[in-house]
Amino acid sequence: MKTKAINEMRLEFPSRSSNEGFARAAVACFAAQMDPTINELEDIKTAVSEAVTNAIVHAYPDALGKVSLKARVCPDNILELTVRDLGRGIPDVEKARQPMFTTGGEERSGMGFTIMESFMDKLLIRSAPGRGTTVTMRKRLSPRIKASK
Amino acid sequence: MEIQAKTSDRNLLLELSGDIDHHGARNALRELELAIDAALPKKLVLDMKNVTFMDSSGIALILRAQQRMNLLDGGFLVCNVPPQAKRVLQAASVDRLVSIR
Repeated sequence: MKTKAINEMRLEFPSRSSNEGFARAAVACFAAQMDPTINELEDIKTAVSEAVTNAIVHAYPDALGKVSLKARVCPDNILELTVRDLGRGIPDVEKARQPMFTTGGEERSGMGFTIMESFMDKLLIRSAPGRGTTVTMRKRLSPRIKASK
Repeated sequence: MEIQAKTSDRNLLLELSGDIDHHGARNALRELELAIDAALPKKLVLDMKNVTFMDSSGIALILRAQQRMNLLDGGFLVCNVPPQAKRVLQAASVDRLVSIR
């Protein structure tokens, strides 16, 4: 069952590489309300960058397409991020998750999913050839002790 | 992102600055190769002091630099890596393949 969100936002942008930085900054601004540590904020930005770059590089290799990004603040201080495209999809998700596997040529390292897994608590990939890919990531942020007056 | 090259006595220092993501790294990869080919250095140092963000695109950049220096039988060092970029390199185990200081 889907957890009810306390707050959420959605963005949609074309798969231009200049939107990678925009997506990172937008999610960082949204996540700021959860009072994350600097490390947590950097982890979130890194994971978003990897997921959005995958959509830009792999989903739409020869054309521009839509990339949507959803961020939800869930109970227990959990941030959930969903990056979705309607591109060509991944034929073998398990293979794509392997470190160093890439179809992106020598400018890609094949470490995107490994980094998303390492920087977030949960990573879920749903994909079907020709129908796009949805990457959902969750991270529980550490509770911060509020300073007393 | 930007790359500043400084050469002295066949040592090449490349100072990287800004965000290293797929958007920025595409041109940087070419610039890096051109700088190495022009200098044919004995030692290459990548200084990341002014890097504000790095994702896995930076891994491809660092591994390419190392590959190039291996071909030239030269030394290679990455230094002043900010904490976020270091965690990316550690998550990908690149810190075991490349000298990082």
